[in-house]
Amino acid sequence: MKDTTVNQPKKDSKRFILYGLLIFAGLVSLFPFYWMFVMATQPNHVINQTPPALLPGPELVTNFTNVLGQIDFFGAMLNSLIVSVAVTAGSLFLCSLAGFAFAKLKFKGRDVLFVLILITMMIPPQLGLIPTYYIISQLGWLSDLKAIIVPGLINAFGIFWMRQYIKEAVPDELIEAARIDGCSIFRIYWNIVTPAILPAFATLGIIVFMNVWNDFLWPLVVLQDQSSHTLQVALRALNDSYSRDYGMILSGTFWATVPLIIVFLLFNKAFISSLTQGAVKS
Amino acid sequence: MVSNTEKHNGRKSRRSLSQDKRNSIAGYLFISPFFILFAIFGLFPMLFSFYLAFFKWNGLGEMTYNGFNNFTIIFNDPVFWKSIYNTVVIGLMGTVPQLIVAFLLAYALNSQVLRFRNTFRVAIFMPYVTSIVAVAILFSIIFNNQSFGLVNSFLGLFGVDPIVFTQSEWGAKIAIAAMIFWRWVGYNTIIFLAGMQSISNDLYEAAKIDGATLSQQLRYITLPMLKPFVLFTVFMGTIGSLQIFTEPLIFFNGNLRVEGITVVAYLYRDAFESNFFGTASATAIVLFAIIMVFSVLNLLITNRLGRGKARKA
Repeated sequence: MKDTTVNQPKKDSKRFILYGLLIFAGLVSLFPFYWMFVMATQPNHVINQTPPALLPGPELVTNFTNVLGQIDFFGAMLNSLIVSVAVTAGSLFLCSLAGFAFAKLKFKGRDVLFVLILITMMIPPQLGLIPTYYIISQLGWLSDLKAIIVPGLINAFGIFWMRQYIKEAVPDELIEAARIDGCSIFRIYWNIVTPAILPAFATLGIIVFMNVWNDFLWPLVVLQDQSSHTLQVALRALNDSYSRDYGMILSGTFWATVPLIIVFLLFNKAFISSLTQGAVKS
Repeated sequence: MVSNTEKHNGRKSRRSLSQDKRNSIAGYLFISPFFILFAIFGLFPMLFSFYLAFFKWNGLGEMTYNGFNNFTIIFNDPVFWKSIYNTVVIGLMGTVPQLIVAFLLAYALNSQVLRFRNTFRVAIFMPYVTSIVAVAILFSIIFNNQSFGLVNSFLGLFGVDPIVFTQSEWGAKIAIAAMIFWRWVGYNTIIFLAGMQSISNDLYEAAKIDGATLSQQLRYITLPMLKPFVLFTVFMGTIGSLQIFTEPLIFFNGNLRVEGITVVAYLYRDAFESNFFGTASATAIVLFAIIMVFSVLNLLITNRLGRGKARKA
């Protein structure tokens, strides 16, 4: 009893520091989003004055209309969606298939091939940037979404992740039983493995989708026509526009950011654990 | 009865033989997409880069053998060395303070008495979900050269003259490092938090009984147990820093100035703005070598620390 009363002020100051630190960090994290919204609603003459506006203005619609006059915003969003969905679906299929092979099938050279895949993870993507660009141009895929989708299906980390998961989540007995029942190996993959690894699909899916959606360097290099731009490349074009209309630029940036933020807020637990799980487990 | 079992055994062995074969075929088939795609879009380009580094080529005309000239050209270019210097300095400025802050935030988030933990987690993590391009555009305007820029008008409150960030040696670096800091600090906080949550409470209880102070607990329990997580974030931070590109490109609005040009931006400008594919490939090789050195160094350190721990145990 006596102990707690002595400790009370100390505890209070500790709590004060704890919440103070976290509230400050939260504000620093969130304020730029808020300010981006404020700027997206202000006319340029307000933006160009000191002190800067900290409350929303009346130009929400005008600024976004100006964005639409500058870039094909919805076309770019559709391109981003197509590319991200295609790469995510394709990678989930190919990575789980390969992961299943490495985890449950026995074949010669399996372990060596798996190590080879792990080694490819260490190669920085910039090393082959120029020749890959050349290959894509020879294939006639410049300004074609295939240029992002097809190379995007290479995912060594995904195979590694799926192998670890399948190894633990799918019991050998289950596969053996299906085999005795005469299931083909692909049927085993499709009917037994995939239903057992749905959480791994969700995790890897979020990681791949986010990476493709936010990718910039490679799309910038190969998507040259405006009609093929993804959101990130289109935003860069918007930012490069001759008139430094900050209200317009931040309007485009804000509305390009909002969809993913909404999805993140709805599924925040899944997002946070997926995006960091890969790191923590490996 | 006897014949029945024999038949059964016979069928079984025949079956498992063909089973092995079927296993192998399916195995190779299932992993082949990776290797085929990697051969075309990974291995071949990589080897071709090494080849290209010794040729003069503009991407369209003929390739002419150039010996080590491409390397001589970039090694004699002060901007190349500046790009390496910038990459290292910006990397350190964006990573070191960030990891320290992430550690503190994780420590706070791990507190037993904390309420609204998930709200704080979500708020701190949100910048990571934003694309680098969006972050770079936003921060370029926050660090605007004019007096109305958010940072300049804040500094103005203290009577500081507006800083021309894009033309200032440290201003440009601070702006770019701030982008990296803001986007990644929450991500690393969550990694450290996961590490802290994996530490058994019994350890702290035992330490408390032995009379260990808070800083002693931090030093002798939290930090050593977090080692793998720290190594991971340092490793990812190092590799990520060496590949910084989007932030300077957006910040300088296409006109990459020496105050903030990075190695990858230097490579990009050489290849896709000037069509010097030979020297750009040489830069790619140098970058690859640097990244390999850091990767191997990191593996060695990790192994060494891992072994040290095993010996102790």
